[in-house]
Amino acid sequence: MTPGRPHPEPVRTADNHGFWDAADDGRLAVQRCAGCRAWYHPPRPMCPACGSLDLRWTDVPGTGVVYSYTLLHHPQHPAFDYPVIAVVVELDEGVRLVSNLIGVAAAEVRIGLPVELRFAPTVAGGQVPVFTVAGAAQR
Amino acid sequence: MSAGIGGRAAIVGLGQTELSKAAGRSETQLAAEAIRAALADAGLAPADVDGLVSYTIDPVEETELARAIGFRELAWSSRVPYGGGGSQGVLLHAAAATASGAATTVVAYRACKSRSGNRFGRAQVGTQAGTSHAGTTASQWCTPYGLLTPASWMSLNATRYLHTFGLTNADFGRAVVQLRQYAATNPDAHFAGRPITLADHQASRWIAEPSIRLFDCCQETDGAVALVITDRPRAASFAAPVGIAAASGAAVGGEEVATNHYRPDLAVMDSAVALGRRLFGSTGIARADIDVAMIYDAFTPVLFMQLEGLGFCGPGEAAGFVADGHLGPTGSLPTNPNGGLIGEGYIHGLNLTSEAVRQLRGVAANQIGRPQRVLVSAGRTGVVLERW
Repeated sequence: MTPGRPHPEPVRTADNHGFWDAADDGRLAVQRCAGCRAWYHPPRPMCPACGSLDLRWTDVPGTGVVYSYTLLHHPQHPAFDYPVIAVVVELDEGVRLVSNLIGVAAAEVRIGLPVELRFAPTVAGGQVPVFTVAGAAQR
Repeated sequence: MSAGIGGRAAIVGLGQTELSKAAGRSETQLAAEAIRAALADAGLAPADVDGLVSYTIDPVEETELARAIGFRELAWSSRVPYGGGGSQGVLLHAAAATASGAATTVVAYRACKSRSGNRFGRAQVGTQAGTSHAGTTASQWCTPYGLLTPASWMSLNATRYLHTFGLTNADFGRAVVQLRQYAATNPDAHFAGRPITLADHQASRWIAEPSIRLFDCCQETDGAVALVITDRPRAASFAAPVGIAAASGAAVGGEEVATNHYRPDLAVMDSAVALGRRLFGSTGIARADIDVAMIYDAFTPVLFMQLEGLGFCGPGEAAGFVADGHLGPTGSLPTNPNGGLIGEGYIHGLNLTSEAVRQLRGVAANQIGRPQRVLVSAGRTGVVLERW
């Protein structure tokens, strides 16, 4: 499998930039409430469980399983190679992320596959978190 | 818990433009034409209207409409969020406004050029964080990964649904065959005269494998729908009032709409579960009282998850429910007899409400007997309409 083309640049907002900033730095950071220790994704400005505003970007190892997936065929956009392998990964911390699975044939993607973290470049020179099958030989 | 607005307002006018792939005129004009038709249907004049409700995602400005149609003085207006999931919310808003006295005569409208204008199904890499308050803010998490359309977002949930219950896309196909059979005999439908077989469905190309094929997708459509709503005492003097027997929204905490990949179990549509509880719980209306169902079918899996969430069958049972013919004209729950959004067209789900009104008036192309109550569900907003 050849390396994919650079991903479109994520949209940064006041509430989400900590995630993308960490990715540029080669880290997967997920929000965790300093008050009640709950994990959250997508991020938010206030903890819905305890009301705390002290939600901290917390580095996680990026291990989990494929909770769901889809192989996108149409419509096609020039920024991507098709089929796009999109996944919902459930991290060991219990939160879910939307991402891509790389280094795997489309026909081999299954719910329940254990995955681990990689990073892929964006068009602007940053990075986004992606996943590969855990334990697979690295290119 | 109570859907307490039930029984206090009614739809007294319906207007709808033709459904097409290229309307050749503005959304504002489409809305104005549908509203004029709805007012004529009700026997009202523009000056009688004192309330307006539409959607945050609708492109038509209230002020532009007022100067085109000739509304004299608008006392009240509002807009409903949640994209297509909010499509029945305009009836809840209008019923609340008229029953409370904030307005006497409310027009609800939706106009779109979702084929010739801004297509939902076109792949776009947006650079904006906001999404017209359509409840899809989380698309910002999808775009970098190539999930660029509502079908792509929905397919992640649909794959999990198929996996959980051991189903395949062919199970969805059986519902589409029924919808296209209805559309075939509805002259207004995009797919009028074009029924399909299950083999045709299974031969249509993958949009998102293994859950959504081309024929599982609703039709991007140009057109407009308008409804006139007034309070019960006034409505009683109109020729063909359709009562709003129950109306509710059910925006479940923490959920997104189409990019909802974070709820506890993606195989269960929490908002539809909550909506079913609100529409059938304390309203005195039972599921068995529903003679015809109009269920938002932007994509086939959304129809299945609503059948289960609303309580017409158990979790994972929609495939059998469909295969046993319950959605058909002689089934226990004739569903989307206009062909649905998949077979007729997609005016954001408000054309499902049009069909509900036609069924209750007894004038639908595929008339299902003489129904007393029709459910319209958009998954997180819904109404039960009734014949008086």
